[in-house]
Amino acid sequence: MSRRALRTFYNLLALALSGLATAIGLFFLGAILWTLIKNGLGGMSLSVFTDMTPPPGSSGGLLNAIYGSVVMTLVGILIGGPVGMLAGTYLAEYGRSSRLSTVIRFVNDVLLSAPSIIIGLFVYELLVIRMGHFSAIAGAVALAIIAIPVTVRTTEDMLNLVPQGMKDASTAMGAYPWRTITSVIYPAARSGIVTGLLLAVARISGETAPLLFTALNNQFWSSNLDAPMANLPVVIFQFALSPYPNWQQLAWSGALLITLTILVLSVAARIVVSSLAQGGKR
Amino acid sequence: MNSVPAIAPAQAAGQRLRETLFRGATFVAALLVLLLLGGVAISLAAGSWPAFAHFKFAFLSREIWNPVTDEYGALAPVFGTLVTSLLALLLAIPVSLGIAIFLTELAPAWLKRPVGTAIELLAAVPSIIFGIWGLFVLAPVLQRHVQPWLIDVLGPLPLVGRLFQGPPFGIGVLTASFVLAIMVIPFISAVMRDVFETVPDVLKESGYGLGATTWEVIWQVVVPYSRTGMIGGIMLGMGRALGETMAVTFVIGNAHRIGSSLLAPGTTISASIANEFTEAVGDLYTSSLVALGALLFLITFTVIAAARFMLLRLDRRALSSV
Repeated sequence: MSRRALRTFYNLLALALSGLATAIGLFFLGAILWTLIKNGLGGMSLSVFTDMTPPPGSSGGLLNAIYGSVVMTLVGILIGGPVGMLAGTYLAEYGRSSRLSTVIRFVNDVLLSAPSIIIGLFVYELLVIRMGHFSAIAGAVALAIIAIPVTVRTTEDMLNLVPQGMKDASTAMGAYPWRTITSVIYPAARSGIVTGLLLAVARISGETAPLLFTALNNQFWSSNLDAPMANLPVVIFQFALSPYPNWQQLAWSGALLITLTILVLSVAARIVVSSLAQGGKR
Repeated sequence: MNSVPAIAPAQAAGQRLRETLFRGATFVAALLVLLLLGGVAISLAAGSWPAFAHFKFAFLSREIWNPVTDEYGALAPVFGTLVTSLLALLLAIPVSLGIAIFLTELAPAWLKRPVGTAIELLAAVPSIIFGIWGLFVLAPVLQRHVQPWLIDVLGPLPLVGRLFQGPPFGIGVLTASFVLAIMVIPFISAVMRDVFETVPDVLKESGYGLGATTWEVIWQVVVPYSRTGMIGGIMLGMGRALGETMAVTFVIGNAHRIGSSLLAPGTTISASIANEFTEAVGDLYTSSLVALGALLFLITFTVIAAARFMLLRLDRRALSSV
């Protein structure tokens, strides 16, 4: 083969392999979704949403687990969201280029990738030991700690998208920075910030590891934040590894439910973000 | 003489007060981020103190893990954590590189967005889903089709063969690494793609101008230019793999032992904690598990910090997907 033909051959080979790699990545996403749909859809019925988690062998649903997941995710985002937004505001507006901000950004990035089970251990030491028992509020705090770095990052990014001219205009009117931030910058970045919160919700609603030894689980209905509470991820964990067919079926249904929720949230968030980045300010 | 009425002093003071309050609130929230990391470090250190005080450095060097005699050593889980993560990277790096090349240099514009988004969605799938998929779908496939082949073909080889001994369990170190690889591919490829996009067009055009093929431009211009960022992305993926819990817990088999075979069950730090923490009886047992957590924190913190440091140069916005 001539040298030129050899180079062309290598080129085609490498490009074909990179296409193959992409196909592999897409294949696994497809395989996982297909498995969830195949195994989860069959068990979907009204009772999944209306009945409590059953004892082995009898029929039931996931109502208490769904309720618990929603409650803990909401409380988690209610705690973590505002803290993350304020911290993001500090990084984007007040402390833009100070040395402290650089350190905080770095630490926030580390927290963003920190193993969630470590957060679980932290909250266990911080709250569960002191309260003396597992509780939904401990689970919610663990989720909040995971949501904070996500919200900090997205808030800062979104505030930075607001044109400097708008801030200058407000400042020129004599407004204090807090007035500029709350009346001009926040409204301008509103949909971006909301998107960040959605992404944070998507991130924490599937977290299992930090709930294992904070919220634990509860076979029964409980709306008491000071007591262990059922939640979808831990129920999936427990039921999937059980030998009982009806528990395994519920685990698959729960898995389908949680994955669909998260994928819808993520796709919605992405659509908003890309229209923001392309379209402009709002 | 008429003058413009000034803001009433009381009103101005109110504005100033609100400014102080709001500024203070944002500052406190920002400090809280620092405190969180500090709090995690302190609480892990405090929780693991009894174990380290009791076992001294032997905790790090012993393989034994026996709740009955209350003797614990971290060697097996630390070994398992490192082996599964490294093996996962070995599998994930070529695929991630391929995806990044496809997305930046190869795919037509209309294909970039959907394919890129689909790969990113793989990162959004919760880890417990990877766990049950790995246990009920991947493990049986590996057990029936892949592992017997590895045992027959690679098993008899010298040196390498030791990695592929024993019966095909399905679950084990290899399966865990495989699942981890799938999980970190989206992270690594996202960073690599973002890094590749920072390569100035002029550099690539110069390569093409000299008559280089696409592959030669990628391998001799794009890759060398982005080396630091690529390594940062790989280490970021490694940070994910090291701390990954639920997916591994499902498929690794949870055996506190160090085996030379990749097909045998093993354990990792996070899997041990997830499996045993709520059932741990006694202070020493609990403390030993927290000590494992502290080790994991140290390892991942080092890796992630190094990764983020390497990625500092990158435009932060380019990385917002990670």
